Amino acid sequence: MKRFAAAVVAGLLTLTACGGGTGAQSGPKTLRMTVWTANEAHLKLLNGIAAEYKASHPDIGEIRFDSVPADTYTTTLTTQIAGGNAPDLAWILEKSAPAFVASGALLPIKNKIENVGELAPSATKLWERDGELYAFPFSTSPFGLFVNTDLLKQAGQQVPAGGWTWDQAIAAAAATASSTGKGGLVLPDFKYLNWDVLSTIWRGWGASAWSDDGRTCGFASPEMNDAMSFLHKAIFTQKAIPGPGTTIDFFAGNAAMGISQISRAGSLKDAKFGWTLLPLPSGPKGDYAVIGQAGVGVLKRSPNAEAAADFLGFFTNAANSAKLAQFFPSVRTSLLNAATLAKSNPLIKPDQLQSVVIDGIAKGVVKPTHPKQEELDQTVRSALDPLWQPGADVHSVLDGVCAKIRPILEAP
Amino acid sequence: MTTTTEAAAPPVAARTTRPSFWTMRRRDNLTGYLFISPALIGSLLFVLIPLGLVVWYSLNEWNVLAGTFEFIGVENYERLVSDEKLGEVLVATGWFAAGLVVLNLGLALLLAVLLNQKLRGTTFFRTLFFSPVLVSLVAWTLVWQLMLQPEGSLNSLLGFFGIDGPNWLRNGGSAMVSVIVVQVIKNVGLNMVLFLAALQGVPSSLYEAATLDGAGAWTRFRRITLPLISPTILLTSIITIVGSLQVFAQIAVLTQGGPGTSTTVLIYYLYQQAFQFHHFGYGATISVLLFVIVALLTLLQWRMRRKWVLYES
Repeated sequence: MKRFAAAVVAGLLTLTACGGGTGAQSGPKTLRMTVWTANEAHLKLLNGIAAEYKASHPDIGEIRFDSVPADTYTTTLTTQIAGGNAPDLAWILEKSAPAFVASGALLPIKNKIENVGELAPSATKLWERDGELYAFPFSTSPFGLFVNTDLLKQAGQQVPAGGWTWDQAIAAAAATASSTGKGGLVLPDFKYLNWDVLSTIWRGWGASAWSDDGRTCGFASPEMNDAMSFLHKAIFTQKAIPGPGTTIDFFAGNAAMGISQISRAGSLKDAKFGWTLLPLPSGPKGDYAVIGQAGVGVLKRSPNAEAAADFLGFFTNAANSAKLAQFFPSVRTSLLNAATLAKSNPLIKPDQLQSVVIDGIAKGVVKPTHPKQEELDQTVRSALDPLWQPGADVHSVLDGVCAKIRPILEAP
Repeated sequence: MTTTTEAAAPPVAARTTRPSFWTMRRRDNLTGYLFISPALIGSLLFVLIPLGLVVWYSLNEWNVLAGTFEFIGVENYERLVSDEKLGEVLVATGWFAAGLVVLNLGLALLLAVLLNQKLRGTTFFRTLFFSPVLVSLVAWTLVWQLMLQPEGSLNSLLGFFGIDGPNWLRNGGSAMVSVIVVQVIKNVGLNMVLFLAALQGVPSSLYEAATLDGAGAWTRFRRITLPLISPTILLTSIITIVGSLQVFAQIAVLTQGGPGTSTTVLIYYLYQQAFQFHHFGYGATISVLLFVIVALLTLLQWRMRRKWVLYES
């Protein structure tokens, strides 16, 4: 009986040990890239690039794109890694970037990237460590203010060509909401959960979630207090922003304004209403821009890591970056001009591309990120919850946020 | 079959040569082991080994991203003891379990008693109350999530009666109540059916005798029904308590543990630590704690059964 038990245990150990190593076969290799898009047009483009690569690389048998829902993307990815079933390449959400880059899970790829010198430095910062690049930011999408011009006209509101200040934007949103019965200003990804989206507002006040070195809490700062008081008033007093639990879709024409990444402009292709794109309203601290990013990296533990890195080089070269740019704004400065962008973004006018996209990428700050992002995310979310009540005391809620996250920020 | 082999061996040879390895006892043992081996291998592979691995993981710091796995002894357990959030999580877990068990068992028993009457339409109502059990859990929860929105159908219904309903899933108290009620309606049918089966096993002669002796409805229920269905009450309460400690999908869909930490129950906290914050070792430690709690509660109920369960001689 003892021997039998030993055999079972040995068998199991072999099974688990083998889990990660099955990809190291000879013959044509299969590469797998996890992505969070399931959009047909996106996948068609990705498969097209992969087919072109396979034609010139007989050692690659198949390149597969695995769509994983964005909500649970990082969880699924880390579970696959833990289970010894890591993909060869993976898209990486901006908020997980510091954790992935710092962990050493990714292969350095700088030498694989074509003409690496032309990448916009503000956009590669998040993906670098010690001068090495660990993932290629294939999508760098600034946030802009989409405006439903029909609704505003209906409410008798003017849309300034050069953009609003925050006070003007909220006043216009409130007026439009009350006179049309539709929503005012919506933040589609916020849902009163994803608070990092609020950086598109508080940057206008010069506030930040934490200091650049990630050690000091920024929520209790006077700037943050002013920005959040403004936001709280806009939600609960002026009713310019829909309250918690209410879902209003800007892209279906149900709201006056929406703050979203310009990569979402595609959703407006069949829009039945007039719209325009403006830079984010300016705050007390002037103009600013916030960008959302996504990177693609090679998992170091993949048995085909070298081959995967070669493919990554091809995937992100200038020609393919230009193709990808129709959905995902590129960080290659050669592609960052209104003429090139206009070809792939027919819905957006050249001057809008200049003011929102090109200027946005040049001066933009990424949303708050931190090596302990997931934990901070959760902790800030719970601590901010009391703010989303009509009578909330903004100051004490924000102090509470700092009290909760300080131990995480200060831990080694 | 063993006797034939034994008899076939020449008695003299048996005395002089080494006795055969396959004695009758060993053969019987082998047969026995072969019979239980499917179940044994199953529970070894899918119960005991994973359980052992969880305990082993809890003694290690496992960073999935960096690929490091380092033995740290009881450090995770020390962290568990000093974890400030754990207190809030245990309180939420306790409220959830208590609310669910009381409401679920109470309602299930009430429904079972009502539907045990010989009246027209009981089959319809039995089917009605049981049908949520068959619905996919996530689909059920998603529909409720829509109904519980501030402008959802529940508040519209309340508005019809002039009541201004709260934002159910975003207020501390109402979020917990919502999660409990959604779960109770989903599963009460199962306990109801178990109670119904038990009720139908109660001999009607006892009720007749009691009625003749002048016992009222409440006394009959209290003195006959309850004691006779007590084994089922024990069974359903164990299943419900264990189930209430393992609720995950509803929380993940409805509240994500919020607002604040008001609906962060132990298993959701475990998920956050392991799969969202990548502390797999600490997550394993929390699951050891969960295992101990479930085991203790079950043991406690098992012990207490002697006091109130009426089925063993």
